[in-house]
Amino acid sequence: MVRMTIEQYLPHHPFLAGLDEDALALLARCATLVHFAPGEYLFREGEPADAFYVLRTGRVALETRLGTGSQVLDTADADDPGDGVVGWSWLVPPYRWTFDARAVSETSAVSFDGVCLRARCEEDPVLGYALMRRVVGVMSTRLHSARVRLLDLYGGRP
Amino acid sequence: MDTRILTTDGLQALVDALHARGFEVMGPVVRDGAIAFGRVRALTDLPAGWGDEQEPGRYRLHRRDDPLLFAFAAGVQSAKPLFFPAQEVLWRVRAGDGEASPTVELTPVAVTAGEAPVAVLGVRSCDLAAIGIQDTVLLRRTYGDAAYALRREGTFVVAVTCSHPADTCFCVSMGTGPRPGAGPGPAAPYDLAMTEVSDELGHRFVVEVGSDRGADLLAELVARGVDAAEARPADRVAADRVVAEATARMGRRLDTDGLKELLYAAAESPVWDEVASRCLACGNCTQVCPTCFCTDVRDVTDLTGGLVERERVWDSCFDAEYSYIHGGSVRASTRSRYRQWLTHKLAAWEDQFGMSGCVGCGRCITWCPAAIDLTAEVAALRDEGGRA
Amino acid sequence: MVPRRFRVASTRRDNHDTLTVQLEPCEGGPLAFAAGQFTMLQVFGVGEVPISISGDPRGSGPLQHTIRDVGSVSHALAFAAPGQVLGVRGPYGTGWEVADGKGGDVVLVAGGIGLAPLRPALLEICAERDDYERVSLLYGARTPSDVLFADDLRSWAEDHRITVEVIVDRGEAGWTGRIGLVTQLIGKVAFGADQRLALVCGPEVMMRHSAVALVARGVEPQRVRLSMERNMKCGVGLCGHCQLRELFLCLDGPVLPFDRLEPLMSRAEL
Repeated sequence: MVRMTIEQYLPHHPFLAGLDEDALALLARCATLVHFAPGEYLFREGEPADAFYVLRTGRVALETRLGTGSQVLDTADADDPGDGVVGWSWLVPPYRWTFDARAVSETSAVSFDGVCLRARCEEDPVLGYALMRRVVGVMSTRLHSARVRLLDLYGGRP
Repeated sequence: MDTRILTTDGLQALVDALHARGFEVMGPVVRDGAIAFGRVRALTDLPAGWGDEQEPGRYRLHRRDDPLLFAFAAGVQSAKPLFFPAQEVLWRVRAGDGEASPTVELTPVAVTAGEAPVAVLGVRSCDLAAIGIQDTVLLRRTYGDAAYALRREGTFVVAVTCSHPADTCFCVSMGTGPRPGAGPGPAAPYDLAMTEVSDELGHRFVVEVGSDRGADLLAELVARGVDAAEARPADRVAADRVVAEATARMGRRLDTDGLKELLYAAAESPVWDEVASRCLACGNCTQVCPTCFCTDVRDVTDLTGGLVERERVWDSCFDAEYSYIHGGSVRASTRSRYRQWLTHKLAAWEDQFGMSGCVGCGRCITWCPAAIDLTAEVAALRDEGGRA
Repeated sequence: MVPRRFRVASTRRDNHDTLTVQLEPCEGGPLAFAAGQFTMLQVFGVGEVPISISGDPRGSGPLQHTIRDVGSVSHALAFAAPGQVLGVRGPYGTGWEVADGKGGDVVLVAGGIGLAPLRPALLEICAERDDYERVSLLYGARTPSDVLFADDLRSWAEDHRITVEVIVDRGEAGWTGRIGLVTQLIGKVAFGADQRLALVCGPEVMMRHSAVALVARGVEPQRVRLSMERNMKCGVGLCGHCQLRELFLCLDGPVLPFDRLEPLMSRAEL
């Protein structure tokens, strides 16, 4: 892969596509590149939600701990169209993770500092709105998925 | 053979001739306070001097002060059960010892074994049209109904002009009467069609020929010296008058203009909710309808489990089980079932078979315990559609 | 309406509630059928149900039906002993006509037991794989242990250049695959050709959502084909049970194009 700076990479990710150069430059200042080996946790339930992950490669599972072990609730894939991101608790008080996130495969991501992102959004409502619209899009997709799966269609409902 | 005039004696001779040809003659008879199909050996079996009153949810017979044989409207059932019984065995399986036996013998049941061919006397115009519809539905298909085909084959049909339509009748709207084979609607071929006339020239039947078999039978009567004179202009005028008077007395009307489009567009109409608040989903309308053809099948086993009969029985789209698929019924609400019945009958039928599924006999109105009237429901949908 | 007699040759368990029954005719030749067609399958004395054929339409092997054990008749069918004689009527209904996809891309979208009716179409594609461009199978299951035909899925992917994506509603320990809805996968299908054909089989809600997503990806509505389920009793359009407005789904369907179905699927309880 050709080496790119974060600033060069960001416009290529479908989640951020369409943001203007100035906005991307602002966001890049909050970003670092991170890498997770399979099985490694991106974050754990209850910890401060201080990051937002834009997946470049790999798959991340959202899990919750049951009395009898962990249950995978959802997965996010780098190649999910218009998706491929993990975590919105950084945007919602009290800024704590509600689930565990674990890399299922070799995963690399751009990690945005949550505090930094919130500050940029507060300063620049246009950027904040643009970002919010994208996050709401992800939330809507995931909520739709959760609702339809609640129907347990393959369990036998017509 | 030209149009002929039969007296009551001539009609008896016709019945006798049908018997002589091996037919079981079925015609209208009074039974349990209603007019139903039954065996006819003599004209005295027919409902001479009986008339009927029909209105939504009500049916009564009453005595008339004339000797007319066919002075009533649609009876409790059409001719449908004669060809399409409410229950019949399709095939049976005899297993050697228990259901897992590899010696399963499968026998299709010969439906007509022991059954004489039927001559139906006094099929009124709406029911004649219904036979034509059933022929289309059950015979002119990718896979026809073999049992129905065997029963219909060789049936002799003597139709009759409906001279005394009821308050619930609307055959004129559907183009199926009151004269047999009249109008643009579908009509089954009849062998003979008669109009009962009683005026200053006497009580008689103006008989028209619809088939070679019919002509042949009439010719046989003439050859045997039965009084069957050629119809005079006065007889034709008298028959036309019977038709005109019946047309004028039609109790109801149904506006069929653009009906398919109206019903398809009305799928979400609140009218269905309103009907559903009254409809008991009892299925009476489907049981008396001369064109409803839905059936269910069930396996009936003897006590040893060695004999299994596959029975076919009439079913109704008002039954909750009717649309059951694993997980539940597709049409769980009465609203959706009434919509299915009416939309199928008056709209989808056109797409399926190129004709309406309703002949305007009014039985679904008469026999509805909640007095639901499909002509009123269609009018309500039309009003509602006009407001929208 | 009189069934043919078939004998149970063997039964294969596919998962905790689904089995594939292999049948041999008691007399006469094998049953010729088209991919997507169904038969009326019966246990004498118990009853009769419509089941899609899941075997190879070109093969002369046993007649295969993949049956989910969910009712009294399907239970009796799924657990019929080898040697037991069952009744078979059919085959009935319309097929997938997958050959219409030759020269272009084909997407197959399966939900749950819906993979079984699609299996004959996949086998047909595999037999003439070079006649098709890109072929994708998107398969949604309830849990990893519900996944059907694991050997086939591997073979289709490895031996026949079919992109196989499996997604489940709920994960289990050790599952590293995707979790979510099969419709999510439609967005990432890699199309190579302009001509596209989509075959969809599963619960009605899943088919409706899938069809909309496929149309959004540029598949023409008349080339999105769905296999509809209704209460089929006779299989030949005479008993009335399977009507969807003007359609007799046993005769006009079960496989129908989305442009025909769309107005009918958008109304509840039709």
